[in-house]
Amino acid sequence: MYRYDSYDQKIVDERVAQFRDQTRRYLAGELTEDEFRPLRLQNGLYIQRHAPMLRVAVPYGLLSSRQVRTLAHIARTHDKGYAHITTRQNFQFNWPELKVVPEILAELAQVEMHAIQTSGACIRNITSDPFAGVAGDEYIDPRPWCEVLRQWSTFHPEFAFLPRKFKMAVNGAHQDRAVIQCHDIGLELKRDAAGEIGFRVLVGGGLGRTPIIGEEITDFVPWQHIITYCEAILRVYNRYGRRDNLYKARIKILVKALGIAEFKRQVEEEWVFGKNGPNTLTEAEVARVAAHFTSPAYAQLPGDDAGYAEQRDANPAFAAWAKRNVLAHKVPGYAVVVLSLKDPKRAPGDITDAQLDLAADLADTYSFGEIRATHEQNLVLADVRQSDLFAVWEKARAAGLATPTFGLLNDMICCPGGDFCALANAKSIPIANAIQERFEDLDYLYDIGDLELNISGCMNSCGHHHVGHIGILGVDKNGSEWYQVSLGGSQGNNTSIGKVIGRSFAAAEMPDVISKVIDVYRAQRQEGERFIETVRRIGLDPFKIGVYGDAAIIERKQNA
Amino acid sequence: MPKLIKNGHVVDDSAEILVLDETQAPEALNLPEGAVFVPLAVWQAHKGVLSGRPGLGVWLDSHESVDDLATDLDSLQAIALNFPKFTDGRAYSGAALLRSRYGFKGEIRAIGDVLRDQFFFMQRCGFDAIQPKAGKYSDAQLADALASLQDFSSPYQAAIDQPEPLFRRAARAA
Repeated sequence: MYRYDSYDQKIVDERVAQFRDQTRRYLAGELTEDEFRPLRLQNGLYIQRHAPMLRVAVPYGLLSSRQVRTLAHIARTHDKGYAHITTRQNFQFNWPELKVVPEILAELAQVEMHAIQTSGACIRNITSDPFAGVAGDEYIDPRPWCEVLRQWSTFHPEFAFLPRKFKMAVNGAHQDRAVIQCHDIGLELKRDAAGEIGFRVLVGGGLGRTPIIGEEITDFVPWQHIITYCEAILRVYNRYGRRDNLYKARIKILVKALGIAEFKRQVEEEWVFGKNGPNTLTEAEVARVAAHFTSPAYAQLPGDDAGYAEQRDANPAFAAWAKRNVLAHKVPGYAVVVLSLKDPKRAPGDITDAQLDLAADLADTYSFGEIRATHEQNLVLADVRQSDLFAVWEKARAAGLATPTFGLLNDMICCPGGDFCALANAKSIPIANAIQERFEDLDYLYDIGDLELNISGCMNSCGHHHVGHIGILGVDKNGSEWYQVSLGGSQGNNTSIGKVIGRSFAAAEMPDVISKVIDVYRAQRQEGERFIETVRRIGLDPFKIGVYGDAAIIERKQNA
Repeated sequence: MPKLIKNGHVVDDSAEILVLDETQAPEALNLPEGAVFVPLAVWQAHKGVLSGRPGLGVWLDSHESVDDLATDLDSLQAIALNFPKFTDGRAYSGAALLRSRYGFKGEIRAIGDVLRDQFFFMQRCGFDAIQPKAGKYSDAQLADALASLQDFSSPYQAAIDQPEPLFRRAARAA
């Protein structure tokens, strides 16, 4: 993974000093609340229900074991012994005191970490494929490009006060695992006919209040020009994006208002001036960064470890975990392990200090000292020998990190919701846990099969409910908490936005509602058909009838 | 006398920023003596008369486009870009465009809700004059705020103050 040189280190050290002084001036009354707010937000610091919440950047989800131990130490020392993984692959602490935040940042800086631009109206942490470098379907490793873009976007002076936040994601595999269609800029690595690397660029995607799937602005930008192309997009957005209405300020609204053709014309007119300028990337720089992402020293191993097969035969619980949470690796004899953070007894995506320390130990012993955070709020050990899987499983299971439900209904994405977040309209964690409890029978879960259930506590959609096969959105009705259900959303190559099935429900109804949805699927599915495929084939009406009864359809026809 | 930061130093400055109220039409020209920044509309209405007037500058609000001054730059010694709120970042692009695309060599002044924690970004985008609102900072605070111009010693990306990105400026070890 990328390691800082003296320049990178100096920038984060200077950031710590800068924020320490800003915090001092704020606490001394020299900075007003309004003046301090964007400064702390651009350092990932929110004022929440109970205390400030600090969001630490994990660039494109990559962590070293040393960094994970530091996160554990922060959780233990300045939080209540746990951290939360976000849908931007970042880490959040919910309980630090404002006055100690500069100390936390200083501790992070010692392990090449920071909280730069994890919030605020600026370019946010760039996300990517959690299986980068190890997935069989990858054709270009996105990590060097993410790092190049991270450096370019860090403290970009022109784009620190955009109309609204700006999120970018990069994918370089046949399967999109970075949700690139739902980003302000989504970058798909590709090669042109001559074999040269470049990017297909999507723009104007996003979730939130107005979910929109990104549109292609160009089918190929050669790699040398990706920074200047992005700068052209950002300059047009910075100048012409709406600033009069917070809800209409994202780039997607500008792209929709102008139309993609006119937006593209403006961007490319702007690009004429920046193209071939100093920000044009050089081979030397890309090679320098890419050298940090070479493959680890893999051993030559047989493709199918005999012991691993025997262990699975002998131990059904291990076999179940291996079936769900162990994924294929491009190198023979190795595997990718998902350490699940979806233990029904904990909030989805939460991890304790002890679990973090254990994950770091597992990484050191079995996976070249590296860990990844996923946008689906799990951890990944990317390079485990098949012959070590049993040992990894035993240790992970003892620590509550081996819930064998990766990719199933209970492996839900869930925002912190009303328990923690000041923006939320409704709680989301208790809904998640109640549904997990309802579906705790593993055989039943396995029978239901691949299913993505995403929960957001408000329209800001941090829980990605729009792209959940089943999406749950917390809404406020006259001061009480209700939940709206949508079906048919999907991330990845066939990204789609889910459709709401009807009136919302009280919290206590939610497990029953999800059961009814699942009953319809199980009754209607064809052989081998996944939940999302059934929804696409039969449409929403059978699900509406299953959930609301025939009245729903009759009422709709009367209103038609 | 009002103070501003010019090329990294606190200096006295007497230039007036002319603001028209709703009852004043830009056509009604009544300029104070001495250095003055007139609104874009006044400049456009009186270009012929105002061209070459000593100490004349034009100021643009954040919704106004520097492109509208493209053909006038030789007649202007200074351009001020207003930050109605410090979170309105359009003037950063405006200053960068004036310096890079239009090659403007005169003063570019940040006015309005100008705060020390944004000085660094302003300087990087080509502002060489930074003028916080009168009374916002004491003389001592303004002198202290000069430190913010040096928040980061070696930024990554190319900008106006440092036209080469770090990867072209420095030999970085892999």
